Parts: sequence; structure tokens; C-alpha cells
Amino acid sequence: MEVTTGWYLALGAVLFTIGALGLLVRRNPLVMFMCVELMLNAVNLTFVALGARLGDLGGQIAVFFVLVVAAAEVVVGLALVVAILRRRPGATADDLAVLRG
Amino acid sequence: MELAVFIISAVIVLVGAVGVIASRNPVHSALFLVQTLFGIAVLFVLLEAPFLAAIQVIVYAGAIVILFLFVLMLLGVDRAEDWNVEPIGGQRPLAVVAAASLLGILLSVMLAATDAVTGQPAANEAIDPEMSNVRQLGRSLFSTHVVAFELTAVLLTIAVVGAVVFARKVKGELEPIPELVPLQDEIAMTRAAAADPDEEVTH
Amino acid sequence: MLDIIWLIPAFPLAGAVLLLLLGKRLGEPLAGWLATFAMGGSFVAAVLVFIGLLDRESEARVAHQVLFTWVPVGDLSVDVGFLADPLAITMTLFITGVGALIHLYSIGYMHGDPGFHRFFLYLNLFAFSMLVLVLGDNMLLTFLGWEGVGACSYLLISFWFTDDKNATAGKKAFVTNRIGDFGFMLAMFLVFVTFGSLNYLDVIEGAELGMVETTATAITLLLFVGAMGKSAQFPLYLWLPDAMAGPTPVSALIHAATMVTSGIYLLTRMNPVIAESADWVPTTVAWVGVFTALFAATIAIAQNDIKKVLAYSTVSQLGFMFLAVGTGAYVAAIFHMVTHAFFKALLFLGSGSVIHGMHEDQDMRHYGGLRKFMPITAATFILGWLAIAGVPPFSGFWSKDEILVYAWNDSPALWVVGIITAVLTAFYMSRQVFMTFFGRYRYADPTLEEVVEAWAAKEEKAQARVAAAAEQAATARAAIDEARGGIAGAESALAEARAELAAAESALTDAGDADEKELKKLQKAVDKATKSVEKAEAAHADAVAAVPAAEATAEAAEAEIATARRDAELVGAGAGKAATASGGSLFAPADATGVEDDLPHDVEHRRHHHPHESPWMMTLPLVVLAVLSAVAGFLNLPFTKWWHHLEHWLEPSLHGNEAHLDLSGSMKWILAFVAMGGAAIGITVAALTYLKGRLDARVFEQRPFAQGWWYDQAVSAFMGGPGRVLFQRTADADRVVVDGMVNGVAGGVGVVGTQVRRLQPGLVRVYALTVALGAALLLAWFLLRADF
Repeated sequence: MEVTTGWYLALGAVLFTIGALGLLVRRNPLVMFMCVELMLNAVNLTFVALGARLGDLGGQIAVFFVLVVAAAEVVVGLALVVAILRRRPGATADDLAVLRG
Repeated sequence: MELAVFIISAVIVLVGAVGVIASRNPVHSALFLVQTLFGIAVLFVLLEAPFLAAIQVIVYAGAIVILFLFVLMLLGVDRAEDWNVEPIGGQRPLAVVAAASLLGILLSVMLAATDAVTGQPAANEAIDPEMSNVRQLGRSLFSTHVVAFELTAVLLTIAVVGAVVFARKVKGELEPIPELVPLQDEIAMTRAAAADPDEEVTH
Repeated sequence: MLDIIWLIPAFPLAGAVLLLLLGKRLGEPLAGWLATFAMGGSFVAAVLVFIGLLDRESEARVAHQVLFTWVPVGDLSVDVGFLADPLAITMTLFITGVGALIHLYSIGYMHGDPGFHRFFLYLNLFAFSMLVLVLGDNMLLTFLGWEGVGACSYLLISFWFTDDKNATAGKKAFVTNRIGDFGFMLAMFLVFVTFGSLNYLDVIEGAELGMVETTATAITLLLFVGAMGKSAQFPLYLWLPDAMAGPTPVSALIHAATMVTSGIYLLTRMNPVIAESADWVPTTVAWVGVFTALFAATIAIAQNDIKKVLAYSTVSQLGFMFLAVGTGAYVAAIFHMVTHAFFKALLFLGSGSVIHGMHEDQDMRHYGGLRKFMPITAATFILGWLAIAGVPPFSGFWSKDEILVYAWNDSPALWVVGIITAVLTAFYMSRQVFMTFFGRYRYADPTLEEVVEAWAAKEEKAQARVAAAAEQAATARAAIDEARGGIAGAESALAEARAELAAAESALTDAGDADEKELKKLQKAVDKATKSVEKAEAAHADAVAAVPAAEATAEAAEAEIATARRDAELVGAGAGKAATASGGSLFAPADATGVEDDLPHDVEHRRHHHPHESPWMMTLPLVVLAVLSAVAGFLNLPFTKWWHHLEHWLEPSLHGNEAHLDLSGSMKWILAFVAMGGAAIGITVAALTYLKGRLDARVFEQRPFAQGWWYDQAVSAFMGGPGRVLFQRTADADRVVVDGMVNGVAGGVGVVGTQVRRLQPGLVRVYALTVALGAALLLAWFLLRADF
């Protein structure tokens, strides 16, 4: 049996869903960040898979940039988490609702 | 052979992913994340993208996850989360509904319609089997995508500066984050303040 | 030389800006000199442009200079451009020329005023606005100037704004002018709809190609409404007399020479449109003009404030100009505008000089014989008087005669009203001159108020004397009572002493055989009793003697009361008489006999301080304007075609719309002689009344005249009564309907917002869930639309 592009895409879909579910259910901001990483990786996988299918380098280039943006996001996001937790130890995502309407 | 590698790494990836969201301890989540990222790196190799596989391991597993662990250790927030409580009513069932429908739709599209994937490789971005992957990526990044590449440098700089600004220690007492008041109560308070104009409205 | 047109308004604008920035630092008198030189520069530029135009052929005397595009909106494109044609340059020349003189004059007049630099800032700004009004090549630019002069007029009328009266006068002028501006704006809209342009050249060209009569009629009438406001015609004239609250140079510059003529300028500028309008429109203009002229002249007769006379005179002369415009005599209108600018500015400045010399007293009844004290002012004022009264060969005669000739040409009825007004003009101006510069010197006279005040003071004194006498009498009566009481006391004391003596004597007799010691004692008692009887007798005599003395004092006091009462009665009668008396006349001072010593100190002060002539900055403009007033008539003499300088000069601006005069030469001579006769009658009657006292002034100074036919009061009553109710209703409607809508919308937004805010819980996981559900829905939609 040959591994088709569809398999990779299906794996990416499952991985993305798991990540999304975790983001929606977990309350620890750090774990939520990890779930975001999962979702990004799922998308990366589909990029590379489709790039390979079409013989296009663009898929890999996109992944490269996603990596950079993910790194930047994690840096800023973790800094925010540090700043928040310093003011209020043990805070979860549900405790932060200052911007409520 | 290829099938075997795919199945093994897919299992690694999925187990790791489930582990990330199912571990009560965030440190365990981080370690499961490393597992997933490794699996993905293997799949990258399988898809003939060795350079991405390498930086996936180096940057993701080596740098980002280590950063997560650093923060966890630094703040000591590695205690377990209480799973029996869900403060937001209806969040879990709705989350499951959303995830299930997403999964259903994506799977049905990606499995059933793989043949419908069309499109032609761009002439100047085609993967050349004769040339090494790293060389090809390097050429593309530093010619076609040079502006975007330079902008990532700016982005990273800004991120670093932003992180320093957010995380540095501020002199003096920090203003505490206010406790959450139920919305009904808050509306009632605002109304009372509006009815009595002498009192200053804070919201 | 024609490309320096922009310099003409640029000079005063630069002056205004400099004064705004540096005015306070420059101070007095540098700020004034700066403003004056700005006006002088503007005048020089105007003269250069004038020479440049003279250099050209008559038909080519139009210079158009576009500086930049001001309002480019769709079809409407308005430039900031200047149009120098003979009409505009004529006005520019006298605006800058007279303006410069008035600036110079103001340096002297405003001496010592704390707002010195502010005054010149406003003056320069006014000059700039006026020049924009006149030189603007389109109606919108003219309107800009129109509003600019209105704003400056407001600022200058209420220049001494700390006085409530002045502030109110400024507001009145501003509000009244708004009504007229409304007409101008509507006319402007109509012009744009009709011609698709606001540029005068386009409008004139369009009108000459022919236009719908109704449109032309509407435009002309609306413009006339605008002109009525700015040029103070009935029924919108009522702001101008109040505008005299401003400093006198302002009255001269704005409310006599320049701004008020802009209505005539506008109508003259738009003469091709007037020519296309219905026949009755110019007739209406003429009749409104001549009615205003007569109406204002009657009021001017009975005014005692020197500036009020000139104000009503200005309204009247502007009426003459409208008469000329209405009869198609545009040249005559402009001619009269120029001569009027000279002599009315002269008269206002002269009155300012008089007021200055008279320590801010504006009542002509207090003047008299001033020609001895201020010879230059008097001489120049008399020249201005001869000019306005229509005495040949001074300028006013020629211009007014020209207007009257055209009026006769149009309709003899207009001429009759015009000539009556001319007679009245001669009369009231002569009255003013005679009251001010001739006759008895009345400055040191006590005024009626002062006499009444003196009588009141004297009455008070007399009453105080009566009161003092009454008090004295009361004291005397008390003394009599006391004396009478003293007699009774003395009598009883005497009886007592006698009884005591008798007792002592009988005791002595009874004790005939008693021992020596006892006898001695008794003898002593008898002696003592005898002494006390003697004393009591003396006291009694004293008391009896005291009564007549006290009675004499009381009598004297009563007599004093009687005299004091009689005196007080006399004083009271005098005071009553003084209160009802006419307060003297031009020929005799108010009767102050009997109260010479009780007059207020002001009178004494006036006796020692004489009126004085003004400084050279003020008299020099007077002299220049007097010369101009005398000779300006030579611009347009009626005798030969050769002398019609002004007519030839203005021809290109009038586009052949000047009325054609079909009168024989002899008819012109007759009309001229009748006008001269009218002036002579006016002056003679005034001389008989105010110089010789042969006629009673009260015959002429009727109450309706003095009260301005109660027009002002009627307007106030209407606005304060029914008008106020209407305004209140409008305000209520605004509050309920308009504010209600606005507040309702705001309240609705608040209600909706209170509900909608529940959608923003601030919880990031809820947002994420929303995104996830939304993404699922979007994907489902794509899937349904997909075509495999």
C-alpha cells in the first residue's frame, strides 16, 4: 500500500483537531500555548505534504516562515504569561477578563 | 517500508498530541509535545524535506519546548489542573461539538477529495530533484523571498524587545489584577452610579 | 502695472497680521503708524493700478488676476481672483485714500486708549475685508469680504465692550445685517444655478446673452435685500444709528464712507442682471431709496446728539444713492458715493474732533460758538456742511443734482420727494453747524439737570433749616414749662418756710421764761426760718422772672419756623419750576438764579476748562478731506460732455445699462436752480431758527422726529412680544424634537450596548470557541458549495 498525500492530510486534520480541542478545554495558559503549537504543526504538515505532491518548494518556504512566527509568538506569549503570573500567581485563562464588555 | 515509517511516526505524533492535552501536569504536556514534534520531523524526512526536519528538531524541540519548560520551572506553575471543574458553562460540550465537526469535515475532504487536489507547480519554485534541498531553500529564501526573510528579522527583534518589556521587573508595587465580578452585578453597579451623578463612574 | 492688484488688499492684511503678532509690543503710537502706512501702501498700489488702467483703451479697462483656486467642488469652482475694472478701482481709491486719512486721524483720536493697538488691528482687518469685497472677481469672494466687514464692524462698534450699551449696539448691527446677508446668500445660490458660475465676468456675459425675466427679478430683489441690510435702508436701517456707539473714526470709515456703500456697489456691479429684471424692480429700489432718504432726514432734524444727526444723515444719503441706482443712474450713484465718502467722512471726523475737544460731550445743545476755540475743525466742517447741503460749487451739489435730474427723468414724483429731502438735508445740517459752531458759547452753562440738581440741594438745605427751627421752638417750650413748674415749687417752698417761721416765733413767745440757753436756741431757729423765708421769696421772684424770658425765646423760635417754612416753600416752588422748565434755549442759559452757589462742581470745572483744537494728526485729514469735498464735483460736471470724466471712466463697467437722459438743457438748468433754491430755503430757515431765534425750534423738532417715528420701539415691542413667543416655541420645538431625537438615539445605543456587552465576556477560551465554531460553519458552507 502506498502512502498518498491524503494520509498526510488526514493526519494533519486529526492533529489540528486535537490541538483545537485542547485549546478549548485546558485552562493553563502554558498548555494552551502548547496546543497552539500542535495546531501550527498540523498545518505545517499539510503544507509540506501538498508541496511534495505538487513538486513545489513554496510549501517548505511557508513552513519556514511559520516556524519563525511561531518562535516570535512563543517569546511574546511567554513573556505575557510571566508578567501575568507574577502579579497573580496560579492564574488561569479564565481569571483574566479585565477586557470584558 | 515507507508505509511502516509513516504509520509508526503517525502513531507517535497522535499519542504525543493526546498526551499534550490529556496530561494534568504541564511538564508532562511539554514532554509529550517534544514527542509529537519528533514525529513530525520524521514525516518531514519522509516528504523529502530534510532541512525542515532538522530545524523542526533544533528550533522546536530544542528551543521552544525548552523555553516552555524554563517558564514552568521559573514560575513553579507545574501543579496539576482540576479537571472536575469547568467554570464556563457549556464550554466542554460545545468544544467537543466544534472539534468533532471540524474533524469530520476536514477528514471527509482530505480523504475523499485528495484526487481533486489540482494545480501546477510554479515554474520558478519547482522542486529540482537534482539539487540539494538546503541549497534550493537557501536560493529561494535569499532571492524570491528576501524581503519577507528580512522582515522576519525585524519581527524577531520586535518580539525580543516586547518580551523584555513585558517580563521585566517593575519598580514598586504592581497593581493587582482585579477579581472577576459577575456581569449582572457589574451592570447593576454601573446603573446605580449613572443614577447618582455625584459619584464618579468608573466603568 | 496691473499685476500688482493683489498688493492692494495684501498691505492691510500684512498690517493686521503684524499688529496681531506685535501690536502690544509696538504700543502707542507705533501700532497706529504701522497701520497707517499699510493703508498708505495700499493707496499707492491702487493709484498705480489706476494709472495702469488709464493707460489702456476704454473697452480694455478690465484687469483680471487669479491667485489660486479656492473652492473646487464638482461644477462649482471658485477662485481667489481680483477684478480691477473702473468701478472696483473707483471704490478702491476712495476706500484706501479716505481709509489712510482716517487711520492717521485715529492716531490722534485714540490717544491714551488702552486698546490702541487692538483698534488699529481691527481697522486694518476691516480695510482688507472691504478691499476683498470690492476687488473680488466672484460673488463668493465678495461675500467673504461682506461678512468680513460685518465682523469688523461688530468688533469696532462694541470696541469699548465693557459698556453694556456698546456691546448691545454691536450685537444689534450684527443681527440686523444677518437678515440682509440671507438675501445675498440666496441670490448667490440662484446665480450659481442660473449661470453655473459665480464669477462676475461670466455672470455679466450670461446676463447680456439674455436670461429669464423672473430669475433676474428674483436675483435682483434678493441682492437688494442684502444691500438693504448692509447699506442701512428701510426697514433694516435701525442698526446704523446705534452703531454710533463705536469710536468716531469707526463711524467715519465704516458707517459713513465705505462699508455702508457696499450695497450700492453690489447692485451696480450686477447691473446687467437688473437690466434683465422686471420693470417694477428698479422702481421699487428707487422708491425704497427715496422713502428712506425722506424718513431718515425727518428724524435727523430733531436729534441732539451730534453723531446721531450724522448717522441719520448717512441713512438719508444712502437712500439718495439707491434712488439713483433705481432710476438707472449708476454714474450718479457712484458719483454721490464718492463725494459722500469725502464730505461725510469729513463731517464725522469733524464731529469726532469736536467731541474730543468737548471732553466726550456729544450733546449739541451744550456746544455753541465753538469756531473760536477750534478754528480748523470749524472751517473744514463748514466746507463739509456746504457740500452736503447742496451749495454750488461744492461737490454734494453736483452729485445730488445729478441724482435728482435722473429722478425727474424717471418720475417727477420721485423728484418731488427727493427735493423735499434735499431741503430737509440743508436744514438739519445747517442746524447742526449753527448749534455747534455759531451762536452763544454754552459749554459753561449749567444744564437743566444741573439746575434741577442745584434746586434740589437748596431745597434740602431749606428743609434742614425748618427742622432746626422746629427743634429750637420745642426746646423753648420745654423751658417755659420748666419755668412755670419752678414758680409753683418756689411758692410751696415759701409757704413752708413761712409756716416754719411762724412755728419758731410762737415757740419763742411761749418760752418767754425759759433759761438763757433754750432761748438762744429758739432765737437761732427763728433766724434760720427768717433766712429761709427770704431765700424762698428770692427763688420765687427768680422763677416768676424766668417765664417771660422763656416765652420770648419760644416766640423767636416760632418766628424762625415761619420764615424757614416760607423760604422752603419758595425754594420748593423754584425747584418745581426748574423741573418743568425747558432748561434754557440756545439763546439763554437755563435759569439758575437763586441757586448760583448750589450748582454742581462740574459747572465750575467747565468754566475754567475751555474746548481745545485737536492735534495735527486729526486736523490734517480734516483739511485734506475738506479740499476733496470742495472740488470732487469736478469729476462730473453737467455742463458739457467734455466734463463727464466719471461717466466716461465708468462706462466699461456699466455695459450700456446707464439710463438715457432725455431732458432739454433748459430743463436741467431749471432743476438745478430749484435744487439751489431748496438748499437756500433749508439754510435760511435753519439760520432764522437757530441763529437768530426768530422761529421756534419746537415747530421743527416734533416728537415723532425725535423718537424716530417710534420705529425702534415698535421693532423692540414686536420682538419682545409676539416675536419672543415665536422664538420660545422654536426653541421648545428644537429641544423636544431635535434634541429628543439625538438623545433618543443616544439612549437607544445605551440600552442596546448593555445587552450586547454580554457577548464580550473577556474570556479568551470563549472567543476561541466562537472562532472554532465559526470556522466549522464556514468549512461546512464551503463543503456544501464544493463541486467534486
